[in-house]
Amino acid sequence: MFRQARWDEPLIFELGAEGRRGHLPPQAEEEIKSLVGDAHSLIPEGLRRETPPALPQLAEVEVVRHYIRLSQMNYCVDLGIYPLGSCTMKYNPKINELLVRHPGIAAVHPYQDPETVQGILEVLYKLSRWLAEITGMHEVCLQPSAGAHGEFLGTLLIRAYHKFRGELDRRTEIIVPDSAHGTNPASAAMAGFRVVVVPSNEDGCVDLDALKAAVSERTAGLMLTNPNTLGIFESQILEIAEIVHEAGGLLYYDGANLNAILGKVRPGDMGFDIVHINLHKTFGTPHGGGGPGAGPVGVTEELEKFLPVPRIAYDGEKYYLDYDKPHSIGKIRGFYGNAAVLLKAYAYILSLGAEGLREVAEVSVLNSNYLMRRLERVRGLELPYNPKTPRKHEFVVSAKPMYREAGVRTLDVAKRLLDHGLHAPTIYFPLIVDEALMIEPTESYGLEELQRFADAMERISEEAYSKPENVTGAPHNTSVGRLDEVKASHPRTMALSWRMYRRRVGAERVGLG
Amino acid sequence: MNKPHPYIPTSVPELKRKMMQELGISSIDELYSDVPEKVKLRRALDVPGPMTEYELFRHVDGLLSRNRNIWNMPTFLGAGCWPHYVPAAVMEVVSRTEFLTSYTPYQPEISQGMLQALYEYQSMICELTGMDVANCSMYDWATALGEAARMAARFTHRAEVVVPRIIHPERLSTLNSYTEPAGIRVKQVGYHRDSGQLDLEELKEAVSGDTAAVYVENPSYLGFLETQVREVGEIAHDAGALFIVGVDPTSLGVVKPPGEYGADIVVGEGQPLGSPMNFGGPLLGIFACRWDAKLVRQMPGRIIGLTTTKDGSQRGFCMALSTREQHIRREKATSNICTNEALCAVTAAVYMALLGPEGFRELGETILYRSHYAMKRLNEIEGVTAPLFKAPHFKEFVVNFDGAGMKVAEVHRRLLEAGVHGGKPITGEFPELGESALYCVTEVHTKEDIDRLAEALRGAVAGGR
Repeated sequence: MFRQARWDEPLIFELGAEGRRGHLPPQAEEEIKSLVGDAHSLIPEGLRRETPPALPQLAEVEVVRHYIRLSQMNYCVDLGIYPLGSCTMKYNPKINELLVRHPGIAAVHPYQDPETVQGILEVLYKLSRWLAEITGMHEVCLQPSAGAHGEFLGTLLIRAYHKFRGELDRRTEIIVPDSAHGTNPASAAMAGFRVVVVPSNEDGCVDLDALKAAVSERTAGLMLTNPNTLGIFESQILEIAEIVHEAGGLLYYDGANLNAILGKVRPGDMGFDIVHINLHKTFGTPHGGGGPGAGPVGVTEELEKFLPVPRIAYDGEKYYLDYDKPHSIGKIRGFYGNAAVLLKAYAYILSLGAEGLREVAEVSVLNSNYLMRRLERVRGLELPYNPKTPRKHEFVVSAKPMYREAGVRTLDVAKRLLDHGLHAPTIYFPLIVDEALMIEPTESYGLEELQRFADAMERISEEAYSKPENVTGAPHNTSVGRLDEVKASHPRTMALSWRMYRRRVGAERVGLG
Repeated sequence: MNKPHPYIPTSVPELKRKMMQELGISSIDELYSDVPEKVKLRRALDVPGPMTEYELFRHVDGLLSRNRNIWNMPTFLGAGCWPHYVPAAVMEVVSRTEFLTSYTPYQPEISQGMLQALYEYQSMICELTGMDVANCSMYDWATALGEAARMAARFTHRAEVVVPRIIHPERLSTLNSYTEPAGIRVKQVGYHRDSGQLDLEELKEAVSGDTAAVYVENPSYLGFLETQVREVGEIAHDAGALFIVGVDPTSLGVVKPPGEYGADIVVGEGQPLGSPMNFGGPLLGIFACRWDAKLVRQMPGRIIGLTTTKDGSQRGFCMALSTREQHIRREKATSNICTNEALCAVTAAVYMALLGPEGFRELGETILYRSHYAMKRLNEIEGVTAPLFKAPHFKEFVVNFDGAGMKVAEVHRRLLEAGVHGGKPITGEFPELGESALYCVTEVHTKEDIDRLAEALRGAVAGGR
């Protein structure tokens, strides 16, 4: 049985001793000091920091030990399957981590003269061309820092398009299916649109009649994931595209689920006008515990002129940054994007090639369907929507029967999986499935790991019906037991920083020993 | 596939056949039977590869070696991405695969390491800035500012933000992208030509009952310290607006933190806290605010909170106030952000813990010494004025070449020929400042580097007009 490290590690503020040093910054040369005079006097009195920041004081060895201990209390892709649906937790190749240590990127400043950065500009230019080919789009902008940032750019482009055509005043609505990722409605709202939700039909796909009823002269666009969050391919995609385009709207592709279709189908060929790609999902760059990622956005020829500046361009001899884009929406962040992440994606594509990318898609779908067939037979689980329809890279099962029959919920199953040294799937999503477990095994795991996961689910199911308290009391083997998540946000016990915790004399209130 | 791929355990034909057999299919294409024939891709993608790992290494090494970098070319660029030394211990910790290859901690019990590290990041940012609550990161300073403006508008129910004329143009442009769809207007306030300081009279006229927030940067985009920050804050508060301050965290060991002069929200760039420049990304958006339950509920982004196990026996960490976020609130969320720059935040945590209070003071002092030495040396050159503004400076400063009668672009070109990369030309951004560039000197620039710059610059401007 799995046992996670349990260090009972104090907060870093509770460690160390007055006067200890973890790093000595370089000192200015004596000659400089005597010439410049007292550093203190260089800052006017009212602006000087009088009280030093109350940061911890530790020796280097203590800092390292603290964080290595913390790292041991963290699950990761390199420890085993991490089947969060729509998150595409696949293997992150080690060579790519080595490549980004190169001073030719790490120690390169973004405002260096283009003559001195031709190598990295070539990487970025070519990556954008390859992503355009892979998605079937005309141009790709590499700037967005994450998928949601790409969505924000996408919705700003929808805005810019309708504004350019003088229709923004009336095109105020963006349509999203009820199975959409939460970011879709949030992004649409951020860009100033009203969100219209269309229901899914009994096949788990967009209901065409409902869509027809929802579109109007107010429609600015539709945001869609394909395959959708049930892992089902929207086979009526061409009809959907036609309905939205007929109404004068644009079709936005949420690329969270692109892994399933690499080299098989391209969003551009399905009629999408704007596409975002999560490099930290589909292209194997690590998630880093929540970022940095990269969310490049691809567009049709018609929309290219609205993309943020600068565009990375090539004149046949040299790569350069093109700021001369009068219709551009401007900037959505500083500089050109998360270049270190982009370099890893560039390397990922090269290591796989066209054939390898298609293999990624096919094996991810094969793994997913294999696991689904195992899990649909597990007592207490059911497979909503047509069981005959093959799923793609992910699938959704429901623990509704288990809840009804044994009182064990999806949350409990998820926590019990942790005890097996397996990460839980995405749970309670999509919202249209009760007690949902959304499972994406990716292509990175072999049959043995899939079986290990399925076996664990079977054992948990047996427990749920025989010794449910083992499941409802889980997890037992992680570095902490089940957490009181309400307490973290409760007005009486909330302590969002060490300083807030101390000020509230939180020890009693938070109930800590 | 020609050969099984090392990243795909099942890319062995026999293994695939075995799995297909269990699924009762004879080809994987059967799993794509629901994809309309019309949209299926009937050819191979036109991308290069596959390469073996060694081929890839040689290829990328070859490309990246064509870039000049700050270690083989003294470089004096800053403007939102700065060269700083990264202690080896920082790289060691953040290279740990347990941090690197984990996801957002949706299952907190098995992700305590990341959660505690992020909580410590938030807590140390609070100590450094003098604020009470920090989120666990935004994409960068520019987007943090955009989100701060939107937050201020939600909080005050007002629709205008006032910002200085001297602001990074990319930050201003990003701010516009974030505010325009929300119907928020951005108004700019001028500065005193000799000192760069914000024109307070103009500011007083600019603020009104529509002002959601007043924003200043300290140090400013052009490197000088804004000495009237307290007064700016008072003007903002008198108008019922929030006071937002943008900071460079490396200054906060020696410069008063915004929490001590009335800031409601602090934003800034955390890249200098241990992240390499990486050609401008990833960066780290700092976002903090003072404790006010209503204000905190309007914050964007992930926030990690302290809690206990359900039985109360153990301390633990988990995401807090999730009801502000997209996965719960959907279109009513405070922001759509989910993936942020978490690993850069852990990087910053390790960096801040290593430096400690004394390290931050020493870092600030070294930057002050070296940048002031550079200003002195450059100002000695005939025709060169450094700094252009009569004001206290921290690590960046404007160098003006009007006296030499030369275009900044020409100076830049001649410096490059001499193997030195000068500052960022800003004549296009601020035509009123003449032929000028923004120079940056940090703790990484030795006296030798600075002397070399001074020599190269002397040669460049002496070489004739």
